[in-house]
Amino acid sequence: MYSEEHKKYLKKIRINNFLVRLTQLSIIIFLLLLWQLLADFTIINTFITSSPKDIIKTLINLHNTNNLYQHIGITIYETIISFSLGTFIGFLVATILWWNRFLARVIDPYLTILNSLPKVALGPIIIIWAGANMKSIIIMALLISVIVTIITIYQGFTETDPNKIKLMQSFRANKKQIYLKLLLPSSFSNIISSLKINISMTLIGVVMGEFLVSKKGIGYLIMYGSQVFNLNLVITGIFILCVVSAIMYYIVAYIENKLLNK
Amino acid sequence: MNKILSIKNLKKIYHTKQGETLAVDNFSFNLLDGEFVAIVGPSGCGKSTILSILCGLEKKSDGEIKIRDNCKIGYMLQQDSLFNWRTILRNCLLGIEITEDLNDENKQHVINLLETYGLKDFINSYPQNLSGGMRQRVALIRTLATKPDILLLDEPFSALDYQSRLAVSDDVYRIIKSEHKSVIMVTHDIAEAISMADRIIVMTKRPGTIKNIYNIELTNKSTPIENRKAKEFAHYYELIWKDLDFHV
Repeated sequence: MYSEEHKKYLKKIRINNFLVRLTQLSIIIFLLLLWQLLADFTIINTFITSSPKDIIKTLINLHNTNNLYQHIGITIYETIISFSLGTFIGFLVATILWWNRFLARVIDPYLTILNSLPKVALGPIIIIWAGANMKSIIIMALLISVIVTIITIYQGFTETDPNKIKLMQSFRANKKQIYLKLLLPSSFSNIISSLKINISMTLIGVVMGEFLVSKKGIGYLIMYGSQVFNLNLVITGIFILCVVSAIMYYIVAYIENKLLNK
Repeated sequence: MNKILSIKNLKKIYHTKQGETLAVDNFSFNLLDGEFVAIVGPSGCGKSTILSILCGLEKKSDGEIKIRDNCKIGYMLQQDSLFNWRTILRNCLLGIEITEDLNDENKQHVINLLETYGLKDFINSYPQNLSGGMRQRVALIRTLATKPDILLLDEPFSALDYQSRLAVSDDVYRIIKSEHKSVIMVTHDIAEAISMADRIIVMTKRPGTIKNIYNIELTNKSTPIENRKAKEFAHYYELIWKDLDFHV
């Protein structure tokens, strides 16, 4: 049993957490209400600002015409494919780079330049090479996520405690043994964290790809909405994107938590 | 007694872009069966380098190293470097996993070692749950698991606080003696060297060569902590202190 003081302490923490949540909720409700009120009193022009009610209407409309889930599905599908590919390729390349110091040194400036290059600039080339289809979108998303993945995982490998490597070598471990018994397990948490960055990067890539070339997907919805000047559709698209990205992020975070606290 | 290891005119040069450094020069000595030799010297005198060369982590520049046939070397480092994703037992099995000698017999040997040296209750614990002194004991057993004949100890206690250091050096000494190992220990702690070693090699500043060798003869020689009370202790301390010639 806890002492009175400890109970008070726990209660204080609970109240504090509750207050944070309450404030967070109040802010969003306040903003939505304000938005709706300004729209109702025609202080703002809903033709360019839309309004919460219009967004709900648009959502229902999309739901009734059955388009909503198709768009979301396509975007999620593209994201998962690029995410898996990006993680796999990034992991593989990071391993090769660790294995071969010479190659790592040779490739270093190229990686740096590729990393700082805004990948969207490559969009037109990708479309010409891969065609105006889903392939282009996946390549786009892949390009955006894979470089960061390579760099994060490779860094995790190189930051392995040198004393532990020395220990492995004192047992005359070969490179494969050092990789399997030391590097992989010790950079495990690093690799998992890189997934969290990766999922957000991939979604950015997918939406950018859909902006450039697509007939379906949330990115398409936003782009199409802006072209026909239907701001309701644009803002609804952004809203859906928020929800989708939050859900995907929390799924990865949940998996990370599960894996790290086994 | 028989020689188990002999080193002749060992030389080591380190190369960097800035130039070359002669780290160890003209270093010769023989290690006898079951002997405990300590190497003391000012920091940077290349004493750790000698151990690294002996266990094959670094290449020698010149000289001769002869190890008796079929003798194995085990290296215990300053940091315990236990893997916190492995249990104590699996940490101790690391060496024989690497040499691919993992079988029931060797595994039982490791379990016996852990039980004999007071870690029975921690076999399935993780390193995070152990004190610094216990971790160091685990590190020693991890080294012993590969059944080495010669143990190289590189400042094995310097990461510990003073009290645990005394206690753990007693522990480690007891384990080493009951397992009948020959030992070369590197340390910067003169008292630690006198209390544990049969012979002390004092090294000079870089390039490290042998300045003096002392046979440590103490009345009522027993455990390291008890040895500190021997009447010759201060005498050896004085001699080695002078050899090291510290200037603050």
